[in-house]
Amino acid sequence: MTSQVSSPAEQADGAVVGEQRKPAGEKDVRRLDRVIIRFAGDSGDGMQLTGDRFTSETASFGNDLSTLPNFPAEIRAPAGTLPGVSSFQLHFADHDILTPGDAPNVLVAMNPAALKANIADVPRGAEIIVNTDEFTKRALQKVGYAVSPLEDGSLDGYSVHPVPLTTLTVEALKEFDLSRKEAERSKNMFALGLLSWMYHRPTEGTEKFLTSKFAKKPNIAAANIAAFRAGWNFGETTEDFAVSYEVAPAAAAFPTGTYRNISGNLALSYGLIAASRQADLPLYLGSYPITPASDILHELSKHKNFGVRTFQAEDEIAGIGAALGAAFGGSLAVTTTSGPGVALKSETIGLAVSLELPLLVIDIQRGGPSTGLPTKTEQADLLQAMYGRNGEAPVPIVAPRTPADCFDAALEAARIALTYRTPVLLLSDGYLANGSEPWRIPDTDELPDLRVQFAQGPNHTLDDGTEVFWPYKRDPQTLARPWAIPGTPGLEHRIGGIEKQDGSGNISYDPANHDFMVRTRQAKIDGIDVPDLDVDDPHGATTLVLGWGSTYGPITAAVRRLRAAGESIAQAHLRHLNPFPRNLGTVLKRYDKVVIPEMNLGQLATLVRAKYLVDAHSYNQVNGMPFKAEQLATALKEAIDG
Amino acid sequence: MAETTTEGSDTIEALTLVPKAEAKQSMKDFKSDQEVRWCPGCGDYAVLAAVQGFMPQLGLAKENIVFVSGIGCSSRFPYYMNTYGMHSIHGRAPAIATGLASSRRDLSVWVVTGDGDALSIGGNHLIHALRRNVNLKILLFNNRIYGLTKGQYSPTSEVGKITKSTPMGSLDAPFNPVSLAIGAEASFVARTVDSDRKHLTEVLRQAAAHPGTALVEIYQNCNIFNDGAFEALKDKQQAEEAVIRLEHGQQIRFGAPLESGLGSKGVVRDSLTGDLKVVTVTPENESQILVHDAHSPSPTTAFALSRLADPDTLHHTPIGVLRSVDRPVYDTQMSDQLDTAIEQNGKGDLAALLAGSDTWTVVG
Repeated sequence: MTSQVSSPAEQADGAVVGEQRKPAGEKDVRRLDRVIIRFAGDSGDGMQLTGDRFTSETASFGNDLSTLPNFPAEIRAPAGTLPGVSSFQLHFADHDILTPGDAPNVLVAMNPAALKANIADVPRGAEIIVNTDEFTKRALQKVGYAVSPLEDGSLDGYSVHPVPLTTLTVEALKEFDLSRKEAERSKNMFALGLLSWMYHRPTEGTEKFLTSKFAKKPNIAAANIAAFRAGWNFGETTEDFAVSYEVAPAAAAFPTGTYRNISGNLALSYGLIAASRQADLPLYLGSYPITPASDILHELSKHKNFGVRTFQAEDEIAGIGAALGAAFGGSLAVTTTSGPGVALKSETIGLAVSLELPLLVIDIQRGGPSTGLPTKTEQADLLQAMYGRNGEAPVPIVAPRTPADCFDAALEAARIALTYRTPVLLLSDGYLANGSEPWRIPDTDELPDLRVQFAQGPNHTLDDGTEVFWPYKRDPQTLARPWAIPGTPGLEHRIGGIEKQDGSGNISYDPANHDFMVRTRQAKIDGIDVPDLDVDDPHGATTLVLGWGSTYGPITAAVRRLRAAGESIAQAHLRHLNPFPRNLGTVLKRYDKVVIPEMNLGQLATLVRAKYLVDAHSYNQVNGMPFKAEQLATALKEAIDG
Repeated sequence: MAETTTEGSDTIEALTLVPKAEAKQSMKDFKSDQEVRWCPGCGDYAVLAAVQGFMPQLGLAKENIVFVSGIGCSSRFPYYMNTYGMHSIHGRAPAIATGLASSRRDLSVWVVTGDGDALSIGGNHLIHALRRNVNLKILLFNNRIYGLTKGQYSPTSEVGKITKSTPMGSLDAPFNPVSLAIGAEASFVARTVDSDRKHLTEVLRQAAAHPGTALVEIYQNCNIFNDGAFEALKDKQQAEEAVIRLEHGQQIRFGAPLESGLGSKGVVRDSLTGDLKVVTVTPENESQILVHDAHSPSPTTAFALSRLADPDTLHHTPIGVLRSVDRPVYDTQMSDQLDTAIEQNGKGDLAALLAGSDTWTVVG
């Protein structure tokens, strides 16, 4: 659906165009500038879907938003247990925001486990909506509550709304021909309806969504819509909810344009399709399913009408192998994976370095080492991306900073791969992959031109005057070698992983040639044209905070807090990790202190210290979750003062 | 063996999308300028010569032919072919070739691999290429030893083999590559021998003509680390008893010829167990001798044939095309899905894709 926020004046009045349910106006309405809601329940309770729907409603309303889905690796951990709790946090505002928020203002707890697992994050004064039907003796015992927290005073200071969500849902659906169990399943839609009333969310999108999701089961669709409406009406009529809230659209925060909400993996998938179109090359994805990267495989496999070929391989190695084969044949070739998959692909990445063929290796980082924390976020694959191969095998590295930025990062990675004929590592992570934010939909005419020229004929003249094709004769500017694809007459040539003679590409074990080739491959990567690093330093600070990847949101939010409190701090964020921007060394030396927050034990700091001999300080967190802005602000303040 | 024909690629279903050579080709056209560096006397030379000699029969534009290999002695093969080629990494050639063949249906893609490359480090890729039925021709050079690493036992070495890494004899039961391929749902499986140029060429011709993945096991002598491994099949005297030449539509007979010119031994089905066994042909049992049906939809008999060989003595080793059946080809189907997607949804519109269905507009 489309809604329009036509002007700031209208938007200040809270006017929203589009059909929707509106509170009748008998209750207090309060205006808020931002809200953080966390939906939490059992893995089977549909919390991710509930969160997604609330997000869509919020996006179409025009708020700025940022989301943090958080779910266990198990598909269905034992019901009602702490490990089985799945949650979805959404931060939305009438202004520009950067993170999913530190602490929820509202917690929806569908069972005792959800309450127990999340209460520590919820500050006193916040609203807690609990499904009292699930607070049975047995369910309480399962998570170690001897006495119900609803009765023992431990929730004093919170604004608790006890709601028998299950009973109310079943009651609302008694007209439908459903078993009790089936009716109970709609309780998440009841909760969504209630929250939609509380925050004046547009509802028609969710109703449409339910109709289409259950198109083949109209009875279920109707039941879910009924539960959703019942939740709304419950808020409207019950005295327990005396107040509802408005959060005005954030139009002032957004440049003119048409927007949608988008997650990192979706933006990345679209970026790859866009890169294929801009390069005028067919897209070929070779991939093996792995969390949290599989959604890219799913998404691309839906778009075969763009000429996209997706190949689900027998393993990670075959995934990249097939991609490399397709690259040899002239496709824009991609493999998608997470850290353990990169480890398996390492040898083939090395081959791609040696073959000097374009290839995108997308790593959606997750908690490691080994299987680690498959559904949690981390940025601890930087050194693997940088160095995780045998021999001197330099690979460019690009990292997106926000979910929407994954689109641009994919285009940038493709630019480098195609221009320099090299594998490129794109480091996203679980937080970017699953998190979402509004995205200004780009005009397709403004996307970069990525077209390449395949080799067409001989490029070298031998001493005897013969015209020949030399597969390793380089472009003097980029040091890229020609891309001669099979099917081109006269350019038949053989390439391989054995060291080859500069120029001719024939096998060569000559020591001096190897030394030259190693240095040349390095020089090609070092010479990649990347934009200079922008530094945001309005007050001439002495401390610089440097980040990369998904820490952009929390770092920027922390910097804003510090500046609002009168502190002076400079901020810079790296998109290119290899090569670094040309001006990085100069930038670093301008500051007395450099702080590098990372969701690892200091991998960028290690690179920066080694390359620039700068005493950069690490600030690290590796708990599977993104930084919180407040925590970072405190750490940065200490750095400034320290 | 059926008569050798020089059928042009026009009539070969697997190659209809591959452009044809404009001029008549000769073996010389397929020799690259690189010096061949296998050990003198290596069986690989014979296979290279057979392939270079056979290629002109296909009549394909040589720029549309690609040889992809892994690691091992045989994997140097692409360097010696004046076509496009890639010498990749150990075991991965089938995966790389799958990407190439499934994205470029105008190419004739060949994989050159060995027993270690295909069956040990690359076993996974081999079986999956076979079950998918990608349009690849896989030449598996089986010398039953690791040559390039200087003489360790391989996954096809006989039990008890004394090598550098098995001074007290190897413990591993070997793979029979033909059995393995049939078990992996291969649609075309054949076996031939490096020293029999005519047989080798004919098998290659049939492999090239096959739509889908063709696996050709080539017994190849490593004269340095496993010399004489296939002597039983090459020595004229012994071969009579050892080699079972399969020809589609012909009785499966071998051994010293009878007056009829047909072999004195034959393969029959045991009526009690259903298994195959070798019998001496008599007027009474002659009508019971199995007629080879390479195109049988069921792989059962082909598998049973592949089990006749004794892994130690190689007696009763079938050579020729064991199985050749039509099955949907992966790259054709992949391409068809793209066409279907366009038919159903229209050609992709990037602007519409990016916009999606839930948008809002901010105006100045």
